[in-house]
Amino acid sequence: MLLIHCPHCREHREEEEFSYGGEAHIVRPLEPEALSDEEWGDYLFFRTNSRGIHHEMWYHAVGCRRYFNATRNTVTYEILETYKTGTQPTITGASA
Amino acid sequence: MSRNRLESHTGATLDFTFNGKAYQGIVGDTLASALLANGVDVVGRSFKYARPRGIFGHGAEEPNAIIQLGAGAATIPNLKATQVELYQGLEASSVNGWPSVDFDVMGIIGAFGRLMPPGFYYKTFMYPKKLWMTYEHFIRKAAGLGATPVEADPDSYDKLNQHCDVLVVGAGPAGLVAAREAARTGARVIIADEQSEFGGSLLASKQTIDGRIATDWIASLVAELAAYKNVQLLPRSTVFGYYDHNFLTILERRTDHLALSAPSGTRQRIHRVRAAQVVLATGAFERPLVFAHNDIPGVMLASSVSTYVNRYGVAPGNKLVVFTTNDNAYQTALDWHQTGRQVVAVVDSRTNPSGEIVDAVKALGIEVLVGHGLIEARGKKRVKAALVAPINESGTQVVGAVRYLDSDLIACSGGWSPAIHLSSHTGAKPVWDPNIVGFRPGASKQQERSAGACRGTFDLAGCLAEGASAGAEAAKLSGRGDGGLQFPGFSVEEYSEQPQQALFLVPHTQSTSRAPSQFVDFQLDVSASGIELAVREGFESVEHVKRYTALGFGTDQGKLGNINGMAILANALDQSIAETGTTIFRPSYTPTTFGAIAGRDVNHLFDPERYTAMHRWHQQQGAEFEDVGQWKRPWYFPQSGESLQKAVNREGLAVRNSVGILDASTLGKIDIQGPDAAEFITRMYTNSYLKLAPGKCRYGVMLKEDGMIFDDGVCACLADNHYLMFTTTGGAAGVLAWLELWQQTEWPELQVYFTSVTDHWTTATVTGPNARKVIAKVCNDIELSNEAFGFMDWRDGTVAGVKARIFRISFTGELSYEVNVPAHYGRHIWEALIAAGEEFNITPYGTETMHVLRAEKGFIIVGQDTDGSMTPADMNMDWVVGKNKAFSFIGKRSLQRSDTVRENRKQLVGLKTLKGSDVLPEGAQVVFDAKQKIPMSMQGHVTSSYYSASLGHSIALAVVKGGHSRLGQVVYCPLADGRSIAAEIVSSVFYDPKGERQHV
Repeated sequence: MLLIHCPHCREHREEEEFSYGGEAHIVRPLEPEALSDEEWGDYLFFRTNSRGIHHEMWYHAVGCRRYFNATRNTVTYEILETYKTGTQPTITGASA
Repeated sequence: MSRNRLESHTGATLDFTFNGKAYQGIVGDTLASALLANGVDVVGRSFKYARPRGIFGHGAEEPNAIIQLGAGAATIPNLKATQVELYQGLEASSVNGWPSVDFDVMGIIGAFGRLMPPGFYYKTFMYPKKLWMTYEHFIRKAAGLGATPVEADPDSYDKLNQHCDVLVVGAGPAGLVAAREAARTGARVIIADEQSEFGGSLLASKQTIDGRIATDWIASLVAELAAYKNVQLLPRSTVFGYYDHNFLTILERRTDHLALSAPSGTRQRIHRVRAAQVVLATGAFERPLVFAHNDIPGVMLASSVSTYVNRYGVAPGNKLVVFTTNDNAYQTALDWHQTGRQVVAVVDSRTNPSGEIVDAVKALGIEVLVGHGLIEARGKKRVKAALVAPINESGTQVVGAVRYLDSDLIACSGGWSPAIHLSSHTGAKPVWDPNIVGFRPGASKQQERSAGACRGTFDLAGCLAEGASAGAEAAKLSGRGDGGLQFPGFSVEEYSEQPQQALFLVPHTQSTSRAPSQFVDFQLDVSASGIELAVREGFESVEHVKRYTALGFGTDQGKLGNINGMAILANALDQSIAETGTTIFRPSYTPTTFGAIAGRDVNHLFDPERYTAMHRWHQQQGAEFEDVGQWKRPWYFPQSGESLQKAVNREGLAVRNSVGILDASTLGKIDIQGPDAAEFITRMYTNSYLKLAPGKCRYGVMLKEDGMIFDDGVCACLADNHYLMFTTTGGAAGVLAWLELWQQTEWPELQVYFTSVTDHWTTATVTGPNARKVIAKVCNDIELSNEAFGFMDWRDGTVAGVKARIFRISFTGELSYEVNVPAHYGRHIWEALIAAGEEFNITPYGTETMHVLRAEKGFIIVGQDTDGSMTPADMNMDWVVGKNKAFSFIGKRSLQRSDTVRENRKQLVGLKTLKGSDVLPEGAQVVFDAKQKIPMSMQGHVTSSYYSASLGHSIALAVVKGGHSRLGQVVYCPLADGRSIAAEIVSSVFYDPKGERQHV
């Protein structure tokens, strides 16, 4: 069971307080109608499925009800950092 | 005095029974030590060949003495007798050996052992397939795996969440000094050990530490630890799992040593520990040697013989032969010699053993046969003789004449295997070390370190030094102390040890395939020849061989046999053990009771239940309830002896003909405020809310970005920038998270705020032609005429003296008023409405009638008529999709994807059975041709189906490929019983197709 630091509550809390929100930093296209089916399909369905460093959203469902991002190693499950939505990770696949 | 009890060992006696016979043990015994003291040789039968088996070990590694404790509701199956503390009145029986351990049916099969090679069950009982269950039943009954209780567990269990700086696992020498070094820094320390007493291997040791006898040294160290306020001592507590982020679980047995069922309090509890740092000091298991008939009762681990002698005062035999590959087991010869019983010989596989302890044994006049192997044990239900012979230096061949040694006890030792289980749980990959002839824990994946024997350090001085350093280091990394040691050195008397030999399978005069069985895994009768056969049949991976032969599958989980098995496998594959690798250990370390895992979360505490404010009223009316998520909703209100169908018929007709009342409080309610609320809501729903005025409501459908329906409900404009969104009962939490997701991560610039108010409001729905008359009797400050308060309007007012919001929305198609009041007034309002409706025979109805009424109207239920693959167009609800909205709402783009505009998608239609009394089963498949061959071409399925009393025939909703263009066609629903029901595709709106009744 993971121990997750909520950057809003500024505390480590048990995984059962959170729910997983999928890959982070996927921006919704501003003009969906301008996209081809294939481009829209990429946005909708395709994710990086990283082995190792992965940036993902978490929702502090029974805490502050805020979404935030985490950098997690998908092999070791180590959470390397958590950071607020709208900010960038300091640890990336390139830096690790 | 029992015949094997040493006179020096005394204590209060305890009575117990084993397989129905009465025995006596003494305080401090385990069931195993007491049985050995009483000379009980056969304690069970092996799984496959039903060979008689005796006690082999003294702890978690025991493969044979698997017992059932007690009877009735509290009975416990599959315990190891070596881990059961004796108490007065204990009753135990063998799990293997129906009808008795001394003679049983499977014993006959034992004679045909050679006919049952590995994979026997796979190969033999495969066909016919349908008989497998019968075979399995017989095999299980005959082989015996213990009986689970059939009554409810009478005991209670607990869970405890804990945090600590340093968790020390194991209270042997390394663990104890680790805990002390950590404790003195002020770190919060938990030290847990599976045994009843702290001390580990030292409990059975005659060594001295700092001039004191080991047991005395332990006692004072434990007293010292107990005095620390920051230290928690957990004896009888097994750390059984090591999970992510240093989360560990401990099973504490609080009363198992007192009685079968807890005399008071909880029987067991699980500590769920989040530890900053962990010290693993879990010790090591001695490894048996694989020789012919090494499973006859009377063959034991050398350390187990020493433990029974030194700790329990039990000498389980008379004439001992020690068979070893190392110096360590010579200690057993010394211990046995002290009992005054005979050491026949020490058989050492090494050609030139030269350790100090070898000389000490020789000095006592004990015969030491060097360069020898004990190649076979003889005897049936007890060892009668040991066959020894000279073997070559590499231990692969018998090179001289076989000699018989008259003996009734064989203590064997093939060295020690570190207990690397917990480090293995973390994903650390074990590393083979030829120097210790065992696997060491791999590089740490978490905040843990191993110390002592579990790290491959077997001398006492080394264990103490490593333990102390590990404790200080762990404390320092948790933020306590400087890592320095208070007790850097210990003076220990011990023999220095010479290298051991890496010997696993002992050669025989015959080849492995022809020699008598040489057992590797005792519980499952896996033999050396079986492993070699698996290799000949093409198995190479250790994980495959394990599954094919069942090596390590028993309740001991390979604690004894795994390394020997891998070594034999490696040899058969002609590769090294390092290349062969090991199987992976996973939680639990030892079996954990379901009771403890469940804790208090049983019966009515299994899952929280949510009640509405009117719940007690419903109960008093005799309502039957239905679970909707965690909510308890009235399902129907049967009157004296009414069936569900009769009650639903009556309730439905009451709504259609007069008035009914429904508790709709469970609908999700989200209060939405902010200057951008309307814009935000419009982006989330398929239709627009930008022009929705205060006092107005609108029905909306929410899609996921893939265009599929996700939730639906009504949204009301309460005031400028203030809305109330209703969600489905089950979807409330998901919708709130969905709104938060988009606002927080995609459109933070929109000022809008969400608050769940589901529990704050109670909703009573008054519906039917007489609804207005009922409301008029309890509300006089709202103009109720259709002109002043029309369909899809809402009004503030006072109902029965309580401030209320009334919504004119309808899920029945009838004139409806949904009365919302603060939840605490719920029951008051409900009873006021019931009283007001009395003259109209107002009828409370439940979810079943609600479903029928809405189906008559073709109103969908998200999650029943949709399944996450349905678009609004599929549901014939294009009217709810705003085509001219400026912003591309969630899901809009997907409605134009090639797959969503494809023609033969499953579409919602009504089904009317040709015979009106036939009610289709929900989930039934729809086909176009009932006479086609199986597998039929499935064209859709029934999503909702009921008998409609208002219409006098059954109705159903279904999704059918291209359904919207198939109106009037007849389709078929083939049923499991062979019948096929014909139905006509009709409009999904069965009742009041023009929708006039809700507008009156």
